[in-house]
Amino acid sequence: MKIIIDTKILGLLIGGLLCSALAMAAGEDETAWSQVLKPKYFGNRPIEENTNLIELTAPYRAEDPALVPVSITAKIPQTAEKYIKTITLIIDNNPTPFAAAFHFTPDSGKADLALRLRFNTYTPIRAIAETNDGKLSMTKVDVKASGGCSAPIGADLDAAMARLGKMKFKLENDKISPHQPNLAQLLVSHPNITGMQMDQISRMIKPAHFVDSVKISFNGKPIMSAQTDIAVSADPNFRFYFVPDKAGELKAEIKDNLGKEFSYVQTVTP
Amino acid sequence: MIHRDSILLLIGLLSMRPSAAEPLNLTEAAAGVFVHQGVHELPDSKNHGEIANIGFIVGERCVAVIDSGGSPAQGRALRSAITAKTPIPVCYVINTHVHPDHIYGNKAFKAAGIAFIGHWKLAQAMASRAPYYMEKASRDLENGLQREDFIPPDLPVETTRELDLGGRKLTLTAHGPAHTDSDLSVYDDKTQTLWLADLLFMDHIPVIDGSLNGWLKELRSLTKIKANRAIPGHGPMTGEWPKAAEAEIHYLEMLRNDIRAYLKQGKTMEQAMAELGQPARAQWRLFDEFHKRNISTAFAELEWED
Ligand SMILES: [Zn+2]
Repeated sequence: MKIIIDTKILGLLIGGLLCSALAMAAGEDETAWSQVLKPKYFGNRPIEENTNLIELTAPYRAEDPALVPVSITAKIPQTAEKYIKTITLIIDNNPTPFAAAFHFTPDSGKADLALRLRFNTYTPIRAIAETNDGKLSMTKVDVKASGGCSAPIGADLDAAMARLGKMKFKLENDKISPHQPNLAQLLVSHPNITGMQMDQISRMIKPAHFVDSVKISFNGKPIMSAQTDIAVSADPNFRFYFVPDKAGELKAEIKDNLGKEFSYVQTVTP
Repeated sequence: MIHRDSILLLIGLLSMRPSAAEPLNLTEAAAGVFVHQGVHELPDSKNHGEIANIGFIVGERCVAVIDSGGSPAQGRALRSAITAKTPIPVCYVINTHVHPDHIYGNKAFKAAGIAFIGHWKLAQAMASRAPYYMEKASRDLENGLQREDFIPPDLPVETTRELDLGGRKLTLTAHGPAHTDSDLSVYDDKTQTLWLADLLFMDHIPVIDGSLNGWLKELRSLTKIKANRAIPGHGPMTGEWPKAAEAEIHYLEMLRNDIRAYLKQGKTMEQAMAELGQPARAQWRLFDEFHKRNISTAFAELEWED
């Protein structure tokens, strides 16, 4: 059998293949970061890329793009002399790449963090840590979008809306261990609606409504605060550390982009 | 010079042309109830998202399409298949829920005299997911999905609605959050067929994109319905009712019990995703593709229970 092939068509086809191969590798593309995102959020400050200070854990594949568990582990303890001041999370290829910035204090004990994020597409996620001496270091992980049917929105937003502003803290074994870093979790019920517009059916879109500020304190001392954006999943959920000296009150203060404020206090004991 | 591998590559490319160009395979599952059986695959550039069970029901006066397909091309193929089977016109296009493998053949049916019908929450769900589904279609599915393919319902169903097709009545029921938050089921009184679409998965692992508790609740009332057969959204063409729901209920209850136990022990979503439910793996197709996402969705729901 003789096969006659138009080399031009073949060229186009192979070109197409190369393009999709490039698209597949988009996760490794640094252009958005170096050209747009880094200048926007960090100007021309030097950022060292290493995992000496923090490690970022995210799944290779976003099983549910609306709900991807991401965590950061700090490699140094928080002390008055040296501590991690801020951790910023950027998801390069999301419509809004800035996901959140978390601020810690020496009272945080450990600048560890876990939360759930939305991923729209194949993209790097990067965590940039700033220490109290003003030095920046970055670590990144590539996340592949899932092949399923879901969207990075959330499953039952009406349930979250019905509980709007409800919060709770969870502690390991429901109690604190004084004078050491204690792991705690804050759950906030909020639909975190992204409000993306699509002209012809945009009348159906609810306006963006999301948590943009989180403050956590213990007995009046700040432990962790955060600026958050729509990449944070519906019903925001944060795991963090704090060092209690004795029994006391854990307090969360939340604000959303519509100016609604919620606060919640839970007494914790050894 | 053209390398031999390039030629093989080209032949490979040519052989994966859209399947929708071929006539759509339809079987009469019950008198006047036609089903096209999907495939147990993830939506991709080879199947163009055409993976779900879709079809139509023929009355004396009207045809009702139930799900229009996973791509514009599959919608057109379904329309041609209907014309080939019956001279009776399509009056209704029923969209069972927001997922792209079910309702993005809609545009093929857009015409005067044809009403699109869906859950009252469907329009909202379509609008908020449209940008993402379009991006994904152009990136992964190569099916040419455009804005115009997103056609929200003309007739929203709030609780139930009856459609008279002439000599046969369809009852549409809008469900609470279950598989998604826009699930609609169809009951055909003439053949006592319960068209459940993705409220029922058989062989293909159930996918939770609404509410685990809600889905089990809806299944409790659905299994009380007397029907000769049910039509799943993914799986065989029909299943014996309510027996067909047993495996799905078993899987969802297992998930709920295991996750509740983990929550009680203070374990995290990541631990639950890594550890729970693996013994069910052998029972389901596409388990690795959806099981972990089911855990994350259910975990985020159940942690608000107490
Ligand atoms: Zn579905």
